[in-house]
Amino acid sequence: MAANPMSQFDVYRIGPEIKVGAFDISFTNASLFMILSTVSILLIFNLGSKKNSILPNKIQLLAELSYTFVSKMISDTAGSKAKPYFAFIFSLFMFVLFCNMFGMIPYTFTVTSHIIVTFVLAAFIFIGVTVIGFIRHGFGYLKLFVPSGVPAVLLPLIVVIEIISYLSRPISLSVRLFANMMAGHTMMKVFGGFVISLGIVGGWLPLSFSVALTGLEILVAFLQAYVFAILTCIYLNDALNLHH
Amino acid sequence: MVKKIYFQSIFFSFFFIKEAFAAESGGMPQLNPEFWISQIFWLILTFGIMYLVLSKLILPKISNNLESRKSQILENIEAAEKQRKDSDAKLKEYDEIISKSKLEAKTIFNQAREKALKDIDAKREVLDKQIDNEIAEAEKEIDSLRKNAPDKINKIAIETSSGLLHKLIGAEVNNSSISAIVEDLSKRNGDKYYGN
Repeated sequence: MAANPMSQFDVYRIGPEIKVGAFDISFTNASLFMILSTVSILLIFNLGSKKNSILPNKIQLLAELSYTFVSKMISDTAGSKAKPYFAFIFSLFMFVLFCNMFGMIPYTFTVTSHIIVTFVLAAFIFIGVTVIGFIRHGFGYLKLFVPSGVPAVLLPLIVVIEIISYLSRPISLSVRLFANMMAGHTMMKVFGGFVISLGIVGGWLPLSFSVALTGLEILVAFLQAYVFAILTCIYLNDALNLHH
Repeated sequence: MVKKIYFQSIFFSFFFIKEAFAAESGGMPQLNPEFWISQIFWLILTFGIMYLVLSKLILPKISNNLESRKSQILENIEAAEKQRKDSDAKLKEYDEIISKSKLEAKTIFNQAREKALKDIDAKREVLDKQIDNEIAEAEKEIDSLRKNAPDKINKIAIETSSGLLHKLIGAEVNNSSISAIVEDLSKRNGDKYYGN
């Protein structure tokens, strides 16, 4: 491992180069951790749903608690109309959570610390929500940009601001997750580097920081997954129940 | 002093590390588009497969499990409620039986007491009559005895006084004259002795 705290975000090829036309779709360490995350999600939830006992065992309890947690989150923010999108938001939450958490293991790669990954997720959500909104409300969905109860003088300004805020949703959504992950991991690496460079005499202070940061980062990993999912729910709520 | 050296060393090391970072170039690997297509491809592949498996196979099972547990719990609660009602009804029945039998026992007791009292009364009446009869007979006897008593006493008094006179004076006194005196005395003092 290099001393550069950014080198932990390097993507490198594992195995041969795979090309489809002009596109390079080689298997990389990012792909490896995506597969690891999805496979562990599927494994845990498959085990958790296999047996249906009245008194659930630990893994079943885990699966059912996650299920009720996400389903409550969706029904609280987006109402009952959002039920068909439950599976998507559940997978999204679990995927982001597991990628974040896998990143917390030393020497691993954090999939969600890459802007391209979070941006693809956010853009997919943005496009999907917009399509759902137009299907549900037709051109009435444009009323989203015209809040009620605004004086007519301010209306042109407000509409412009609303449109900009709507269009910046995928960017804010993706940058929030990516920046949080990157900053946290960089900071941990920097403090780790301090421990090495200060040695046995001065290394204890950055080491204790590092320990505290690890706890904080685990919290952030969960929190960012939650924020990502709940913002998706809020956008979905806008598209399903036009409140403005 | 030690503290000062400590913090100074941290500061300097930070400085040196910064120097070291500056030496290595590259910036953010996230902005290097070399593997963007690959990441998008693998993201869509893995996420898509995970979504399909979760939504088609696993999540319905979990929701089914939750539903079945919920319904079973509701059923159990209903059954428990029913059993509770049953036991309440049985308790009421039991209470009724107890109060009924208590009432019955009371009436039986009262009847028995009345019967016993009647028996006692009847027996007492019979006994009273018997006692009254016996008392009456005894009184009659006493009366007859009392009636005869003055005559006998007079007779004894006459004989005693004649005997006494004969021994003291040596003269024979006519019995009839003595009896006249005795009767006269007894008539005068009779009330004093018999108390009638």
